[in-house]
Order: sequence, then structure tokens, then C-alpha cells
Amino acid sequence: MSEPTILKVERLTKTYLTAAGPLTVLHEVSFDLAAGASLAVVGPSGSGKTTLLGLCAGLDRATSGTVTLAGELLNGLDEDGRARVRNQHVGFVFQNFQLIPTLTALENVLVPIELRSGGGASSDEYEKESRELLRRVGLGERCDHYPVQLSGGEQQRVALARAFINRPKILFCDEPTGNLDGDTAQVMVELIFGLNQERGTTLVLVTHDLELAQRCGRIIRFRNGAIISDGAGARVA
Amino acid sequence: MSFVLKMAWRDSRASRRRLLLLSLSVVFGIGALIAIGSVSANLRRAIDGQANSLLGADLVITGTIPTSPEWQQSLAVLGGEVARERIFPAQVAAGGVARRVQMRALEGNFPFYGEFIAAPADAPARLRQGGNVIILSDALLEQLHVRLGDTVKVGNGQEDFTVIGQMKAFPGELAGFTVHPPLAFIPFSALSTKVGSAANRVNVRLPAGSDSEAIVKGLKAEFSDDRLVFATAEERRKNMANALTGFDAFFRLVGFVALFLGAIGVASVVHVYVRQKITTVAILRCLGASARQTFAIYLLQGLALGLFGSVVGAGIGLAAQWLLPRMLQDLIPFQIDFFISWPAVASGMISGLVICLLFTLLPLLAVRRVPPLAAFRSALAERAGAAFDPWRVVIAILIPAAVAGFAIWQTKNVKFGIGYAITLGVGFGILTATAQLVSWAAQRWFPRRLPYVVRQGVANLYRPNNRTVLLLLSIGLGAFLMIALYLARTELLRQIQGPEGGATPNLIFARIDEDQMEPLAKIAAAQGAPIVQQTAFVRMNLVSVNGNPPGRWWRLPNGKPRDLTASYRDHLLQGETVREGKFVPRAEPGAAVVPIALSASLPRPRVIDPNKPMGREDSASILHVGDILDWDVQGIPMRTRITAVLGATGRFQLGTERFDVLFPDGAINGAPKFYLAGAHAATAAIALNVQQAVFAAFPRIQVVDVSVIVEAITRIFGKIGFVIGFMASFIVATGVIMLVSAVLTGRFQRIRETVLLRTLGASHRQLIQIQMVEYAILGILASLVGAILAVGGNALLAHFVFKIPPSAPPLLLLGATASVTAVTLVTGWFANRGVTDHPPLVVLRQET
Repeated sequence: MSEPTILKVERLTKTYLTAAGPLTVLHEVSFDLAAGASLAVVGPSGSGKTTLLGLCAGLDRATSGTVTLAGELLNGLDEDGRARVRNQHVGFVFQNFQLIPTLTALENVLVPIELRSGGGASSDEYEKESRELLRRVGLGERCDHYPVQLSGGEQQRVALARAFINRPKILFCDEPTGNLDGDTAQVMVELIFGLNQERGTTLVLVTHDLELAQRCGRIIRFRNGAIISDGAGARVA
Repeated sequence: MSFVLKMAWRDSRASRRRLLLLSLSVVFGIGALIAIGSVSANLRRAIDGQANSLLGADLVITGTIPTSPEWQQSLAVLGGEVARERIFPAQVAAGGVARRVQMRALEGNFPFYGEFIAAPADAPARLRQGGNVIILSDALLEQLHVRLGDTVKVGNGQEDFTVIGQMKAFPGELAGFTVHPPLAFIPFSALSTKVGSAANRVNVRLPAGSDSEAIVKGLKAEFSDDRLVFATAEERRKNMANALTGFDAFFRLVGFVALFLGAIGVASVVHVYVRQKITTVAILRCLGASARQTFAIYLLQGLALGLFGSVVGAGIGLAAQWLLPRMLQDLIPFQIDFFISWPAVASGMISGLVICLLFTLLPLLAVRRVPPLAAFRSALAERAGAAFDPWRVVIAILIPAAVAGFAIWQTKNVKFGIGYAITLGVGFGILTATAQLVSWAAQRWFPRRLPYVVRQGVANLYRPNNRTVLLLLSIGLGAFLMIALYLARTELLRQIQGPEGGATPNLIFARIDEDQMEPLAKIAAAQGAPIVQQTAFVRMNLVSVNGNPPGRWWRLPNGKPRDLTASYRDHLLQGETVREGKFVPRAEPGAAVVPIALSASLPRPRVIDPNKPMGREDSASILHVGDILDWDVQGIPMRTRITAVLGATGRFQLGTERFDVLFPDGAINGAPKFYLAGAHAATAAIALNVQQAVFAAFPRIQVVDVSVIVEAITRIFGKIGFVIGFMASFIVATGVIMLVSAVLTGRFQRIRETVLLRTLGASHRQLIQIQMVEYAILGILASLVGAILAVGGNALLAHFVFKIPPSAPPLLLLGATASVTAVTLVTGWFANRGVTDHPPLVVLRQET
């Protein structure tokens, strides 16, 4: 029996109005993604990968087409509605880590949970879980450190712990190893896939790194805002 | 704790120092408002409680006091206590020294309220017992060289009075601040028939619960034919309360300027703060925070800081409230008890919070528009909040509305309130436009051949994240307000002292006969006090107006014709204005009709129907430019035509002669005349010597030593000026905080760039020089624009309010410009310390 669809993208188009006229960066893109699957979106810079990720995660509005995420049609939701969907179902890992500089590692991890509960969450329980996640990514001793006191790899691991704290149905990663050295990147990749499998999360990975992409079950290749190939990881070379 | 509260607290951790600046920006403004409001409340309570001690009685009736049995009966019916009094100018002499005094002959237990304090303490009681005894003011005892027990001669009758006391305090009189000649007190019963033994004042203590206003109304109706002036403690209380309202509103508006300036600082700090928080906001949005939640986080921070600023401001305000009455003690004729006026504290804090909130909202609105995608794309973060936002328009309208509303609330004058908001807006607009012009000019005429540090400094004026608008606004507005306040104070003092400065007459000689003028001038000059002003007067009678005899208006109440005083000159004095027609300076020899100018001091009668009483309802003026007036100039007929009406100058200058009609030079120069002359004595000793010499030679010439009055007025204005300066210090303090805030804000904006330059090998000296070039340009420009605005504002004030030619002392302006520039440079240098003398990575870690 096949897994239910967690992400459904239909005829998705994004056009920006520029001084030189309309600029379409995404042309009628359509695909489905089953729950628990892992998808890599690859392509050269400017091909529309990040735009696609933004639209899929409800971070932006499409010019036309629809995105259905975890059974919710994002087009029909206002900004706050999409924020709720993100908080309930989505985790993010950014290329440049994007931790909140004024919060400690532990507090950064707690943000999605606190947002969900309006701050009234049973702090002991969630704090315990956050500490466990930080320990899982190897930062059990660095809970009270601020981002500025952590290395790039450590910051990205905090971001990963934050992405998993609210048990997301889908994890969007934008070049998660783009700012990391080889060894650190390798550790990070193992963590992403390890947690992904462990928690049954769907993974959408935007990357230039074909080696990384091949670890996913499915790869969509992008060029000039359109899908040029969609297949299993091993088939994309 | 809610997420918003928790996040607001956590997020503020790294920025508390910067956010503290935000708080400090408004503390002095709020402090000023609370100080003024509380002092005003203290004064109001003091006025309410002590109004009767200002008069010394509940009811004071002044004028030609009737002696009829009806009058006595009416006073008796009041049921209170009555004390007669006579106040008259008199001459007191001892040992060949004579001084003109204000004599008060007291009867009964007056003053009923307040204290008549003298040394020895029983002197007022001895005075009440009667006899030829006198109590003199401190100044008189010193000037006449007399002691207790000595004898002085009073009036032309030269009656002997024994000095029994030295006056220390009398209700309504301020030690050292009287603007009339020195005071002397004698018993009412000691009045001689030569002076006149009739009272010209009656003081009444009314039974408790009496309605003084109703009593006055009754007396006015009963004795309407008598020219009586009634003053009640209640009326005095109302007048003082009204005066206080004006005083209070003026200082509150000054305080509000400090708040406004601080609020601009708040807006600038919040603007930079929000720019730095865009990524955090975008991350929070990605993680599921709603726009409302993220906006609430920063709004809460702003409100908390505004509240903190209000509390600190309230503390500063209450401290100032404690100080202000001590500074004003000599000016206030009653005891002020310190109490905290909570309504004033609340109103100051609320005003501060509202203004702080509005100015915080303006840059904060951008937070609502931060797209979550900005976490991925830095270009989106740069553009966040740039799109049109209707709420920004609403806030932009609410800010001037709040400013105008505050001014209207304080002054109860809609026009003034709107004008106040427009003035602030114009100053703001001019400085913003100047800043943009400077940015544009720096780019347009970039000094490519100058050294690197200069080029960098100039480039800082227009590059992204430049502080040109912010610094020009903060320094410029601060400089404008401070210089404007200083110039206004200078104008006030000039108005009092006269434009002649040191040559202002301070000894006025009156009733000088024609043949006495020359010897008087010689005596005065010999004593070292030359005559600096001398005016001849001619008395004359009006015979006809356009061929008709003048009507009833021309006659005094006793039926006698009015005696007019004329003078002649070929020029107008400084400050005199021609309201209608044209002033003709010289008379043509042998002309049949002489052109004359009516002075504003001549009441222009407005009655055409002789059967109707004079009143405001009769508005037809009888005298116009072009009318022919026939005069009897001491027996010689003269025909004249009104060619001009001289407007009231509104200017108060001691020793300026008053005349009714001004003739051109050459028309009445030969007529019998008398003189009024003014001499300038450089010291009190010279003034005393001149008075003695003139008294010895011409006992009938009246001498008024106005130096005491000039000194008293100067002292009063000095005190007021000091208080204005004290209030201005709130603006200065806010200006300095704004400057530090602007520099520090710039430091946060520029930190990466400075570190990069440092990394590329820029020396500490070079980095400092780059910053100093930028601050020097901004400091000079801002202070210059501020000074120009202040001179403009002051010119309007001088022209429309003080009616004197405006002044703009170049040295003062140069000094102010140099000081403001120096303060800018020093502040800039201090605020940037640490960035240039620490390793780049350490700085980056600390500052980001």
C-alpha cells in the first residue's frame, strides 16, 4: 500500500514584476511527494530551486498553481494560516543556519514549541526533549551557548535540532551543508538522514551537491524554472 | 508566560544597552513635563491657600475714597474690619541726602493676612500706636546713612520722623524685586494736611464665608459715580492662576520640544534596531510565528522601554520639581510647600508614552511586512517594509496631530497649537531637506583629489546606511532650539534695558524748568553722570477740531479741559512706528498749517453723541489723519493738521518720555517749555552723589533713581532666563543623548565596514580621521542650519512680539556653531572608542 501524499504541487508558476518587465522564475511545475519520502531538488544557481522550496513551505505566494501541504491547500490560507501550517507540520534547515542570535542554543530549539503552545507549554517536558535533541546532535554540553559562541557546524546542528523539535511531517533543507567543510558536512548529512529515518519525516532537500542528492530516494532536476528530470536518486548522475 | 513576552525579554538581551538609549532619549522630555506640571500644581495650591496674603486683605478699594455717612454705613454693614491707607510718592531726606520713596501710611491691624516683618520685630506694633515714626526699607536705610532712632525729614513739609524699624517683608512685596521706588511706612494718623490726610485706599477683612464678588458688585452699584477700583483676594487668586496657566503652558511647550527631540531619537534607534531584526523576524515567521506575534514582540519591547523611560523621567521631573521653586523663591511672593502632584506625573508619563509609542510605531510597522522568505534571500530583508503601508500614513498623520493636540491642550488655543506643530514640522522639513542636499552634493562634487581619509569621510555622507539625515536632524534641531532660546532671552533683556545698552538713563529728572536745564546738565556731568536723554515738553490746549469746539470727551470729569503735552523732534525713536499717515520731521518756516503726529498715548475719543455716556458701543472715531486741529499754545494760536498716528510700540523702556502730540522740529521750539532728562550713572555711589548735588541746588526737581528698578527687572529676567536655561538644559541633555544614540546607531550599522577596513590594514588613526571628517562636516552643517533657523525664528519673535529690531550677535552664533561642532566631534570620538582599538574579531563578536 502506497504512502499518502504529504506535498502536492500543481502547475505552480511564480512571476516577479521587474523594471524590465515580468520575470517568470517557475513555469507550471507539478509533482507529488509521498509521506516519509526524501526528495532532492538540484539545479544550477538561479534555476528556481529556492523559489520552489519557498512556495512549497508556504513562505511565498504563487502567481498561479496550487500547493497542498499535509492536506492543507496553502493558496487558500492567509499569511497567519500558512504560519500555523509551518509551525505544525514543517521544519527548516537553512544554508546560513539562521539561528536567532539573542537566544541560547536551547532557547533556539524551543522556539517552535513555544510558538505552538503560545509559550504556555509544559516547559520541563519540552526542555527535556530539546536537551535530548541537542545531545543527539552532539551539543549536549553547549545548550546555554549563544550562536556567536558556536562554530558553523555546531550552529547548523542546533538548527537541525530546532527543525525536529515540533516533530514535523516534512523537513525543508536549503543547501544544509553549503557553508560547512567536508567533515562537518558529512556529520551533518548523517544527522539529517538519521533523524529523518528515525522520526519518519518527509525530506525535501535543495542542493548543488549531487553526492548528497543521491542519498535521497528521488531527485528532481531543475533548469530555468522547470523540471527537466524527475527520478530515483541512482538515476541522476 | 506567553511566547511574545518571553521572546521580547530574550530578544532584548543583546541590545539592552542600545535600547537603554531609546529610553534615555525620552527621559528628559518626560522629566521636563512632569517638573513643570508638578511645580504648577504646587504653585496653584499655594495661590489658592495664600491669595489673601498677597493683598493683605480680602477686599482692597483704591481711588478717591468717599467720606460720606452712606459710605461709612456701607462699610459697617460688611461686618468686617476696615483699615484706611494712603499710598503716595514722597521724598525722605537725611543729612542732605534725599530719596524718592513710595510711602504707605497704615491704619489699624492692616495687613490682616501675611506678615509685616521688620527689625526689631515689634516695629510694626509701634507703628500702629501712631506718632511721627517711620519704618524704612533696607535700601533706604543704607542710602540715607541712617540707623534706628535717627530722624529723617519727610515730604516738602520737612516733618521729622523717627526711624523705628527696618522693613524685611510686607505682603505682596518681594525683597529685592520691587519695581517701584523703595518703601517707607508711617502711621495713618501721622499724615500731615500738606500731604493730604484722606485715604486713597481702604483695606477690608471680611467675615468668614463672605462673597467678596457680590460685595464688590453691590458697592460698585451704590457708588458708581466715584472712581473706585476694587480688588479682591479671590480676583487676585484668579488673575494669578490665569497668569500661571500662561507661564505653565510656555514651559510645558519647551519641555515638549525635549520630548519631541527625544522621540525623533527613539524613531531613529528603532529604525536601525528593526533593520537589524529583519532576519530574526523572518526566521520566526518561518518557524510559524504570525505577523501579529512578531510585531507584538517588538512593540512590547518599545512599550517596556517607553515605560522605563517614563519612570526614570518621572524621577528626574520630581527632582527638578524640588529644585525649581528654590530657584524661583525670590520671584514668588508666598510659601510653596512641596508635594507630588500625581495627576501631573500621570499626564507627563502618558504624554511621553503616547509620543514614544507613535514614534516607535513608525519604523516598527515594517516588522509586519517582513516575508518569511527573507530568511533565505537577503535582498528581501533589505526591502522589508519598503512597500506602501496605509498604517504608516495613519501614524504619519497622528504624529503632527498629537503634537498639535498637545499644544492645544496646553495653551487652549487651536491656532497656536497648529502653529506650534507646523513650526516644528518646518524645522524638521528644512533639516531633512538640508541633509538630503548634503548627501546629494557630497556625491555630486566628490573631492577625488583629497586624501583618502577625507574622501572616505565625505563618502560616508551618502553611502548606504549613512547617518546624514539622522545626525543633521538631531544636532540641527538641538542647535536650533538651544540658540533660539538663548537669543530669545537676549531679546527679552534688550527689551528691558533698551537698545542703547550702557547709555540707558538710570536717573530720571522731572519738572525741570527751562532755565534749570543747563545748570542741571553741568551738575550731573560734574558728578560723573552725563545727561544722555533730554526731552522738551510744551503744554497746550485744544481749541477746535475741524473748526468745531471739541466735544464732551475733551473735558475731564470735573469739567475742565484736558491739558495736553506736546514734544517736538525731527526723527522717530527706535521702536516707534507710524500706524497711519506719514510723519513729517521738519516744519516749513512760516507754514500756516503745521503737520503733527498723534501719539498712541493720546486716547482717541470715540463719542459722537454728547447725550450718550462714553462706551464701547460708540465706535465712531473723531480724530483722523487729515483733520485740522487748532491749539492754544500758551496764548499763541496754532493751526495743525494730523499727518500721522504713531502706533504703540509695545516696548517698555525706562525713561522714555510720554507725549500726546509730536510736532515737527522748528514749529514750537520757541514756546515756554519744561524738560524731562535722563542721566546715566555708572555706579550706585555716583547716582547717590548726583542726587545729593541736584537736591542741594534744585530741591523741587524730582529725581527718580530707576537703576534700582532696572536692576530689579534685570534680576527678575535673569531669574526667568535662568529658569528658561534650566528648561533648555533638558533639551540639551536630550540633544546629547540623541547625538550619542545617532553615533552609536551608526556604529552598529558600520561595524562590519570598519572591521573590514581594519582587517585590510587601516590604522587606528586613519579610522578616527575618517569618522572625524564625517562628524565635522555634519556638526558644522547642522549647527549652521540650526543657527540660521534660530536667527529666523528670533527675528519673527523680535518683530511680532517684542517690537524691536532683531539682533543676531555674530560672536554668539560663531561660538554656538563652534561649540555644537566640538560637542559632535567629542561625542563621536567617545562613542566610537573600542571599535578602532580592539582586534577586528573581538569587535565583531561583541557587537553582533
